[in-house]
Parts: sequence; structure tokens; C-alpha cells
Amino acid sequence: MKKRVLTVDDSRTIRNMLLVTLNNAGFETIQAEDGVEGLEVLESANPDVIVTDINMPRLDGFGFIEGVRKNDRYRAVPILVLTTESDAEKKNRARQAGATGWIVKPFDPTKLIDAIERVTA
Amino acid sequence: MDMNEIKEIFFQECEEQLAELESGLLKLNDGDRDPETVNAVFRAVHSIKGGAGAFGLDDLVSFAHVFETTLDCVRSNRLEPNQDVLKVMLRSADVLADLTNAARDGGNVDEARSRQLIKELEALANGEMPQPAPEPAKAAPIAQVAPAPAANDDGFQPVAFSFEDFEAAEPPTIEPSTYEIVFRPKSELYAKGNDATLLLRDLSRLGEMSIRCDMDRLPALDEMNPEAAYFSWKISLKTDKGEEAIRSVFEFAEWDCELDVTLASGDASDAGQELPMQPVPFDLSLLDEGAPAQAEAIEDDEQIVSQQHDLRDAAVSTAANASNVLKMAQTAARAPVENAKASPASAAQAAGQQAASAATPTIRVDLDRVDRLINLVGELVINQAMLSQSVIENDTNGTSSINMGLEELQQLTREIQDSVMAIRAQPVKPVFQRMSRIVREIADMTGKSVRLVTEGENTEVDKTVIDKLAEPLTHMIRNAVDHGLETPEKRVAAGKNPEGTVRLTAKHRSGRIVIELADDGAGINREKVRQKAIDNDLIAADANLSDEEIDNLIFHAGFSTADKISDISGRGVGMDVVKRSIQALGGRINIQSKPGQGSVFTMSLPLTLAVLDGMVVTVANQTLVVPLTAIVETLQPEASAIHSFGATQRLISIRNSFCPLLDVGRILNFRATQANPVEGVALLVESEGGGQRALMVDAIQGQRQVVIKSLEANYTHVPGIAAATILGDGRVALILDVDAIVAASRGQALKPEMTLAATG
Amino acid sequence: MTYAAKTLTNGGRELIAFRVGDQEFCVNIMSVREIRGWTPATPMPHAPSYMLGVINLRGAVLPIIDFSARLGMKPAEPTARHVIIVAQVGSQVVGLLVDAVSDILTVSQADIQPTPEIASEVERNFARGVLAIEGRMICLVELDTVFPYDEREAA
Repeated sequence: MKKRVLTVDDSRTIRNMLLVTLNNAGFETIQAEDGVEGLEVLESANPDVIVTDINMPRLDGFGFIEGVRKNDRYRAVPILVLTTESDAEKKNRARQAGATGWIVKPFDPTKLIDAIERVTA
Repeated sequence: MDMNEIKEIFFQECEEQLAELESGLLKLNDGDRDPETVNAVFRAVHSIKGGAGAFGLDDLVSFAHVFETTLDCVRSNRLEPNQDVLKVMLRSADVLADLTNAARDGGNVDEARSRQLIKELEALANGEMPQPAPEPAKAAPIAQVAPAPAANDDGFQPVAFSFEDFEAAEPPTIEPSTYEIVFRPKSELYAKGNDATLLLRDLSRLGEMSIRCDMDRLPALDEMNPEAAYFSWKISLKTDKGEEAIRSVFEFAEWDCELDVTLASGDASDAGQELPMQPVPFDLSLLDEGAPAQAEAIEDDEQIVSQQHDLRDAAVSTAANASNVLKMAQTAARAPVENAKASPASAAQAAGQQAASAATPTIRVDLDRVDRLINLVGELVINQAMLSQSVIENDTNGTSSINMGLEELQQLTREIQDSVMAIRAQPVKPVFQRMSRIVREIADMTGKSVRLVTEGENTEVDKTVIDKLAEPLTHMIRNAVDHGLETPEKRVAAGKNPEGTVRLTAKHRSGRIVIELADDGAGINREKVRQKAIDNDLIAADANLSDEEIDNLIFHAGFSTADKISDISGRGVGMDVVKRSIQALGGRINIQSKPGQGSVFTMSLPLTLAVLDGMVVTVANQTLVVPLTAIVETLQPEASAIHSFGATQRLISIRNSFCPLLDVGRILNFRATQANPVEGVALLVESEGGGQRALMVDAIQGQRQVVIKSLEANYTHVPGIAAATILGDGRVALILDVDAIVAASRGQALKPEMTLAATG
Repeated sequence: MTYAAKTLTNGGRELIAFRVGDQEFCVNIMSVREIRGWTPATPMPHAPSYMLGVINLRGAVLPIIDFSARLGMKPAEPTARHVIIVAQVGSQVVGLLVDAVSDILTVSQADIQPTPEIASEVERNFARGVLAIEGRMICLVELDTVFPYDEREAA
């Protein structure tokens, strides 16, 4: 079965890049535009892995990760954070919130897929 | 979708983000301190930077990065967004827009300007005051600036981030060495969705590996915390990738485990034997096979964990030596997940799509598709009209059911047409937003202090109209700031606020959009305008003109009251160009001015360029359409009202004033001799300069809405003809360009006509 | 040779031949969209005399050229028997009023002879060569030069 990836990003550009990259790599991709929508679609998306941005309206990535980790069913799902730069402070906050790993933007397709492969069986 | 399409999406998104950025900054400028406003502004720049990075648009990325850093200071309350700070930010937004355009369309940006702004932004981030504004600014509040944030000061280079560098930095092939690795996960590692099994799997890909599992810390069953980590692993790895590669496997886990990597001294195979723990040989080859999720293959004696699924759960639940406990723990840990997965994938997918679509109530449609639809509906309207006409012509009995059906069809087509037109309707907001930048730039150039107030930004009008509105509006705004507003000194001397106000308003009025541009400047200097018109031979020295007529002189070609052609509103064009482009849109423009109080330009434009309400007339056996908006009234000339004037001119007297009578048939060269006015109909039309003209046609057929067809598509522009349309008989009819007709009749004869119009 | 004819696989090309007065002409079939009967055109002001006006072609405004007049011959007196060759010229679609369509020819490049030098400048401008078919002489027409609608021409 295809692995299901939930991506959460407010940028249409990044969403499309994720979509193309993930679909080409054989993932099934479900997309949300911000943390609130991410949590809303979590159940129906039932992801094997989540890729989320940090800076988003309504609910940012930190809040989203915390929300996922509070959900008994999804608290063990790997979450990868998209960060624009290797900002140690942000990485730490993301980790504290419960992120599994991170992908530095601008991501290239190989790195994205590598990171996903790393955290999924 | 390919990368080019995504890039196109990126630029569309940039446009939206830039608009968001500007409107957010303007809100801040107006004193809005809502954190969400600041966040939105920050996010806009952040998004642009993120996307630009993905496409390797380095100039855009580095500027956005500096901008973002400074905005972050505002966001974290380390920088007070006062007016001086915002001035820098608004200009930065302009540069960001320029860089975006340059990235899309090529071309150059003013590098000195962006470098200067980068300096100013960095200075702001470092807690320095902005440069004093060039204008005589009001006492600006002192910026409350905190010291530079450490995060932005760590010498971090703006993104231009390349993975190639990473790869190049990887040590080239090293002689294979054997490493001893001790990996002791903490419970947090699992809580964050990392998995020891996967880390070991990745590790195994680096070379030859043997693993032993240390279960010494496994407590008694009744003391076990099912979510705690009790296992650790000792790994012996023979690899040529080096220690860095090993550590990078644990990159995501480094905080949540104890990791010890050492170069083995002895033989790798011996190392494991010396461990003071119960070794658990570990078969990783099964990891890649996606074995069924059943926890059976536990060999109690040897305590070999042989399936990846078990390993993970074993690590979490620790019950490796008791298969029934393991199974139990497993059930507890994964039952919810499994249940969720048990639901049919298609249903879950459908639900996901549903959720996604609920969040996007709008769709993006290619403009081409809309235009095709509009064209087809245009055809439908014409066809319906043709059908009606032929039914009426052929069906003398007037079969009522057919007629009723036709009427309904007519109504339906009209409704479809209106709905389709509404698709193209867009708010004028983007154009209005662009104007605020124009105002800023001219204010900077002229040293004037200007505030732009916009109203009715959400008024909708056809996209074509919006697209064509930007240019004349830009010119008018430049003109208003450059010529309309006084310098701050003069304003203070006149008892006015040193800051001038330009007000841009849009509203709907009787099926048209009306755009007003008002300034609170000095108003039109009528003496100067008049003198200039006399000097330029536009009017006679003794011409007796009304105030309105004088004001409207500024719309005449080559007219410019600025003593020097300034760089700003000059550019070699005057208000005549504005007027012509407005007219080309089927609109009209006029000015009202009050000395000392300012001027108001009012433009009235059709809501769409696809249809027009017209009067269908006959001229020399040809059918023409005259735009209804141009017609003031129609009249049947009496012989006594017609007066010859000179060799060819004729005037018609209307309520004791004389109005030039223009023979449309002659002007269009449809006939060789002048028609007899008494046998025709005169259409009184408004024209430039506030004067009126009477257009002579042979007969009026009626009024109707017509679909505008381009002549240029297959032919070329024809003077005096605005466009074409197709009437109910299927034939092409030409739509008259009233202003061009009037202009053609005038030639260079403005002077006598103006005089006459004024004395008449 | 700028003539952008699509050549057939066998090296030949298809041409549509038509009659104007007692002369025969032909154009590349690839540029012909359709052939239709004459309908009265709406005259255009300030147009050259060979410009008969515009007609409605399924919603598009189609300019009609009197081919005979365009070549400096006797202006046509259009009747229901006349036909309009609707042709694509560059990005525009135009109609060519001719007396009748006479033939569809398949010719090879070698069949096309250069325009004889005795031809006047007008003919040399629009003629891309001549064909000898069964004793007839057919002039190959370059449509681009027949419909030169740039701004200067129209002004």
C-alpha cells in the first residue's frame, strides 16, 4: 500500500512542490493549508508521516505538532518540519513540540524523500 | 504539473503576498498594532523567501531574508514600527516587488536602491534609527529599538542554501574502518515518532554491521512502563563512510539518545563477544521485506527479536522475553492505528479530499477559458437575436407558443450573459494597491508629504477594464501629487495640514463604475491654464470660457502647466493621453476644481468591454451602432434650425445655442455629398471640452445591447470605428467611435469652435 | 524562399486553384480554412477599394478582399455564384473573394517555375511562381503579400 503523507503548508508554491515530489515518489499525498486544517484532516488523512511548515496563519507548526502528539491515535506518527534555514532555535522548538526531524528548505526532492524514508518503515 | 507551472503559481502567489504585505504595512502605518497584522506581514515575506529559495532566485531570497529579519524584530517587539520604520519597510516592499518582477520577466532592478534598503533594514534590525526622512516630516516619534537579536546576529548567511555543498563536504571514500557504536535511546525518542529500528536500518546501509541488544535494564514485568525505553544496542559497523555519516544517521535523534561512536581497536567480530551483556543477534535483512504484522517469531531461548515490527514494539513495551505480554502490549500500542488503517483506503481518501475542498471555496480558472465561455455566450446572444428576427419575419400568424418560448430564451440568454460577465468581474483593489506605491515614490521625489486614502476597493469591474485602468490612473495620481498638491511649506502657509491627501474612490453608479481621484491641493490655476492655452494657440486670446471649459483645457493634447516637464508626471505625455485611454475604454473623464481646495477627477467607465448598450442607426444605407452613453439626446432637426457656416460647416440651433452638425456619412466617407439634415435625425453627443456636437444620421432603428467584436483581430484599427458587432440579421455592424468622429470633424479647428461654443 | 508550405511526404504539396476572370491562381491548401458562398459585406470606412468590407464568420469579423481588384484587375461584382476562400494569414483570418474554385492540385517543388520577369511589380510581389498544368498557366499566390494589414497600410 502507498504510504500516506500529510503536508501542512500555507504556501501554494510549496504545497505544489510537495505534491509533485511526493506523488512522483509514489506517496499518497493529503494537503492542508495551515495547522488548524491539518488537525481537522488528520483523522481522515490517517497519515504514515506528516510534513509541516512552521510559519502559518491560524495555527503554526509548533501548535500543530503539539496537537498531533496529543492525539492518542497519531502521537507516534513521524513529523518532519520544513524550516527555511538551519535555525537552531527553531529546530529546538520544533523538537520540543515533538517533531521527529526536519527538512531544510529549499528542499530538493531527493532530500525530502530521504528524510521521509528515514522516519518511516 | 511541472516545475514551470509551479513557478508560475509561485509568482501568482508572490503577487498576492506582496499585496498582503503592502496592505499590512499600510495598516501598521495607520497605527494598527494587532499582532496578527504583523504576523501576516512577516509571513508574506517569509513565503516569498521560501518559494524563491526553491527556485534558486538568490537576489530575491537574500533581500527577503534581510527584510524578514527586520520584520522579525517588529514581531518580537524589539522594534517599534513607527512611521519612519514603516517608510523603510514600504520602500522595501516596493523593492521586493521589483525583484519579484525581475525574477519573473527578466530585466533589471535598481541595485543601488536595494543595496541601500538592505543597509537600512539591517540598521533597523541592529537598533539604529532610520535616516531622517527627506521631507519636512512632522516630529516623528522616537523609535523604540531594542538591541539586535542574537539570532539575527550570528553571522548567518542569507539562505542561498545548497545541498551540493553538503554533499561535497562529505568525506570522500575513506578506508573501511570498524566502529563501535553504543546507542541508547531515551523514551522521548519514541515519543517524537523516531524509531530505533529505522535508525538501525539506516545504519546498516552504511556497511557491514553486527548488532547486539542490551536488555539489562529491563525491569520486572510489574515495574515496566510500557512507554519507556529500556533497551540499548551495541553495534559494530565496518564502513568506509566515516564517523560523520554514522552520526548523521542519528541527526534527528541526537537529543533523545545517548550515542557513543568509537573507532574499534581490534577485530570487529571479537568486539561483540566482550560485551558484559546478554547479546541479542539482530537480523536487519527482514526490515526491508515488509513482513506481516504478526508477533509470532519470538524465540524465547535465544531472545532473538527477528521482525522489525516486534523490535519496535519490543523497544517500546520491553516485553521481549514473554511473547504473550509482547502481544498484549502490541495490541495496546497499535490497536488504534490499525483500526484506523482498516477502514477502506478509498473512503479515507474521499474524506481527505472532502476536507480539502471544504477549505477552498474558490477555484482558479484560466482566463482563456472564461474568455472562451464569454465568446460562446456572445454567439448565443447573437444567434438568439437572429432566431427571434427570422421567426418574427416568417411567422405572420404570431404563433403565441413560439413567441413565448423565444421570449423565455431571450431572458435566459441575457441571464447567462450577465452571469458569465460576473465571472470576469474583479475588485479594483489590486490597482488601487499599486497606486499607494506610486504615491510614495512621487512623494519622495517631490519632497511632498502625501497620504493616499482609498475607498470602495472591493467595487468590481471587468478584468479587462481593471487591466487597462492602471496606466491612466497612475498618470493621474502622479499628476495629482506633482501638480495638484502644494509643497508642505506652501500648505502650512495656506493654513493647511502639511500632509496632503489624495483620495481614490470607486463606486457603481447606474451600470457603470465611477472612479474619483480627489486631491486637497491648490486646485487648477485657471489664469495660468488660460494663458498657456492662448500661448499654445489652443484658444483665442479673447475667448470667453467658462471655468469648466478652462479646467477641461488640461485634457488637450500637448497641454502641460508644469513650468518644466518634470520627470514625474512629464514623461512627454499629458492629460490628453489619460483622456484618450479612458475613452478607448468607452469611458469619460471630467474635472472639477476649486481654487485653494483641490481638484476632483471623475472617471466613468463601462463595467465590461464585452457588451455595450447602443443605439442602432442607419447612415447611407449602412447600419451603425452608437454607444448609448455618448448620446445626450436625439432630435428631429427643423429646417429653420440649420444654419450654414462657412463653406462646408453647418450648425444646428438647440435651445438658442449653436452646435456643430456633423454628417457621419460624410466623415466615414459613406457618401459623396452632404445629407439633408431635415430628412435625418440628429444625435446630440458630448465631446471634449464640455462642448456638444450633433451627429447626423439618416434614421434610428432602435436600442439594443450588442456584443463587442474586435476589428483588430482579423483586420486593423479603423479611425472613427470603435469596434464591430453582429446584429440579429447576422450581418456585421460597425460601432461608432464618437469622440474620434468629433475629433476628425474638428481637425485643427479647435480655436473657432471653442470660441463659438462659448459665445453661442 | 519564404513560402511556408507544408510539404507532403512524397515531396509534393497540395494547392487549391481558383479562377478570377479568365486567369487561374492557386494557394497552399494548408492555409485555407474553408470555402464559403458570398454574403453581402459591411463596408469599412476609409478602406482601400479592394477591401469589400467585413462579414460575420460564426461570430468573428472577417474582412473580405476582392482578389481581382487587389491585383489591379477589374473589381468583382459579387453574386451568389462567387465564393470566399477563408484563409489563415499569419495570426489573422481573412476572406478572399474569387469567381470559383477550380481544382485541387498536387505538385512537387520542381513543378513550380519562377515568376517570369516580364511580370509587373504588382504581380511579382504576390506571385511565388507559376505552374504549367495541362496547358493551363496557374499562378501560385503568396497570401502574405495580398493581405498586408499593418498599421501603415491602413492609415
